[in-house]
Amino acid sequence: MMKPETEDEVAGAVGAATEPLHVVGGGTRAVGRPVPGEVLNLSNLSGITLYEPEALTVVARAGTRLADLEAALSKEGQRLAFEPADWRGLLGHGGHPTVGGMVAANISGSRRVQAGACRDALLGVRFVDGTGAIVKNGGRVMKNVTGYDLVKLMAGSWGTLGVLTEVALKVLPVPAAAATLVVSVEGATAAVAAMSAALGSPHDVTGAAFVPGEGVLIRIEGFAASVEYRADKLEELLVPHGPVRIETDPVRVSAVWKRVTNVTLFAEKGGDVWRLSVRPSDAPALLAGLACEYMLDWGGGLIWALLPEGEDARARLGQFKGHATLIRASEDTRARIAPFHPEPPALAKISADLRARFDPKGILNPGLMG
Amino acid sequence: MQIPAPDPTIIARRSDIVARLRRVLPADAVIDDPTETRAYECDALAAYRCPPLAVVLPRSTDEVAAALKVCHAEGVPVVPRGSGTSLAGGALPTADSVILGIARMNRVLEVDYADRFIRVEAGRTNLSVTGAVEADGFFYAPDPSSQLACAIAGNIAMNSGGAHCLKYGVTTNNLLGVTMVTMAGEVLQIGGAHMDAGGLDLLGVVCGSEGQLGVVTEATLRILPKPEGARPVLIAFNSNEVAGACVADIIKAGVLPVAIEFMDRPCIRACEDFAKAGYPDCEALLIVEVEGAPAEIDEQLALIRQITMRHDPVEFREAASEDEAKKIWLGRKSAFGAMGQINDYMCLDGTIPVSALPHVLKRIGEMSREYGLDVANVFHAGDGNMHPLILFDANKPGDLETCEAFGAAILKLCVEVGGCLTGEHGVGIEKRDLMPDQYSPADMEAQMRVKDVFDPTWLLNPAKVFPLTVSAGRRAA
Repeated sequence: MMKPETEDEVAGAVGAATEPLHVVGGGTRAVGRPVPGEVLNLSNLSGITLYEPEALTVVARAGTRLADLEAALSKEGQRLAFEPADWRGLLGHGGHPTVGGMVAANISGSRRVQAGACRDALLGVRFVDGTGAIVKNGGRVMKNVTGYDLVKLMAGSWGTLGVLTEVALKVLPVPAAAATLVVSVEGATAAVAAMSAALGSPHDVTGAAFVPGEGVLIRIEGFAASVEYRADKLEELLVPHGPVRIETDPVRVSAVWKRVTNVTLFAEKGGDVWRLSVRPSDAPALLAGLACEYMLDWGGGLIWALLPEGEDARARLGQFKGHATLIRASEDTRARIAPFHPEPPALAKISADLRARFDPKGILNPGLMG
Repeated sequence: MQIPAPDPTIIARRSDIVARLRRVLPADAVIDDPTETRAYECDALAAYRCPPLAVVLPRSTDEVAAALKVCHAEGVPVVPRGSGTSLAGGALPTADSVILGIARMNRVLEVDYADRFIRVEAGRTNLSVTGAVEADGFFYAPDPSSQLACAIAGNIAMNSGGAHCLKYGVTTNNLLGVTMVTMAGEVLQIGGAHMDAGGLDLLGVVCGSEGQLGVVTEATLRILPKPEGARPVLIAFNSNEVAGACVADIIKAGVLPVAIEFMDRPCIRACEDFAKAGYPDCEALLIVEVEGAPAEIDEQLALIRQITMRHDPVEFREAASEDEAKKIWLGRKSAFGAMGQINDYMCLDGTIPVSALPHVLKRIGEMSREYGLDVANVFHAGDGNMHPLILFDANKPGDLETCEAFGAAILKLCVEVGGCLTGEHGVGIEKRDLMPDQYSPADMEAQMRVKDVFDPTWLLNPAKVFPLTVSAGRRAA
């Protein structure tokens, strides 16, 4: 295993490599096709290099532990608005998630539906491409349209286009108060209808999830008086969908959204875990096709599905708009079933061409995304 | 500004090329009459003009594909054009290029409130996207100041912003999917009504690629429910530094206004003379707008007032009515018109870290004296996106060149303090030659590789974004 401590060392390692490298941050998300090759572990390339709370920006080296970054933000009353999920429980991994790993996997949580994804908060990146060249793109300011936006391209590229060495992120203030409305509804159709009603209201909903058996969960955040006002308004709006209970205890509100974001529901259960991004109103029909245990987030736009081991969820669905990713499965299954959704041929060709140009030696997490 | 010499072999084949285009497009979709093509000789960067070889105005994605296939086969460069409002020369043609205007494709294709998106043809104007959904309580968030005229296609090409992006983000944060035609005429569907990419985020790199990767013909956009209300306050200070410090304190305190606009004295005066908005006589003005439910607005404004009072403002004016709110915005919204009435001006678009604001304003003041040209500053202070307006006289020999040199010096300063050359207007031809100030050869190489993939022969809007010397080898290929 290589554990470089500087960007130059990363560049040296990649530049000299002739065989595949398995690029990892904290190694807490073994997703995608199993990757051969020597491990290039970024966890020693760490540290926050710049934090300006008044500019809502933070810059950190890729191997910085996410927990360290979140602690630094918390001290200033700020946070990563996209609410990065922690999949250690779900995937049964130890270790520490890193900032670079989070970006490479474009990891967001429940607040993604309102605040945008990790890629939306990503202001700039530095990375080492497959030839060993150091590349920067974007910067550390909120608005930047100088040249192409490789920042978005790097987010969610799982280390296949380059090895991230530093990232700049937009942060936001932590609101003073939060509340969860729990609406008792049965079934996905009723749940999506309730979530759409809430998200279509002017009450700035920052989370909309459905846990079968528990009900629809709607989160609002902000100043105390405003949260109270909006909770009342939303209760009025949602009562026709089912009985509503309002939770305002900060510990409980935080706990329930951690459970949703981190998919804790499936942590203790056997089987493969699939993640589908779909048009919310398509979710009920797709769930009928899946016929399995599930949970919804993002107003129904995100389906978490628990399927028997070794089965391709897409076979139960046929053609649909959106994509399905296999998040938790054995290495055997991940080698056999494409974990990332197969792209239409024209897009697959573009993606393959991009990889071939950013990584001409084909050494960066080769095959991980298919 | 250097414009590449047109390819004489293309100009010699002009009538053949036009005839081929006419064979695949309706008669009124191909324009080659020199008096008519002249209307497309420039965009909003009007200092640079060149009539194109021809203009095509297709009405469908299929027609766009047909036109591109002809140009691809003929090796003719294509310059895509939305409404031609680019301030960076993004839609400036060359004499050997075909302008592909998308303005006739302006229909709404699908509106879905339950799933909160709208699908439109990309020639539709920004404001009319909101227009299609506002009666039902929704809006499309990005609001560039040209929103009455500018097209969604151009917004996507330039990743346009606006005054309200501190809260809602820019185009890329509100774009869910596109239908795009490559230079070779292949129609691609990227993204859709769902969130995030299943593989590489191609949508993310298409947005902001300045029409160099493909021609976007349809777009799926996120729409949002309109907040219950919004209210601006006007805050006047006697120093730029104090105003800057106040902005920093507001943000640090956890308030997230939808907009924080900043104007300095020359700009305040011009706006006041022009619009009679009743602005106080002061060095710096902030317009801070908050939105939400009434309770939320009150709470946020109380906090902003409390923070402001620590900075000893000349005035803190809350809008008590809709009329007063309009008046507060009136001056700001007429800033560009007001400056245009006094002088020719060049509008810059650099972004800086908010913390560098006082330093940058001071340096711009010093440079203004060095170059002998006045500057008025108006900008989105919350996100550090500056719009210095350099005043010059287009009829005075040498003034434009001095103005461009001064502008370049300001943009280099933006990069020096940790910012960038352009926050929302794009590089186009205007900032093309400054790219090496922000990006290393390896940085630009990585970007150009993306163009190599989407447009291997570099025919689509080829002479933009990258310095001509940097892209020369690829454009010749």
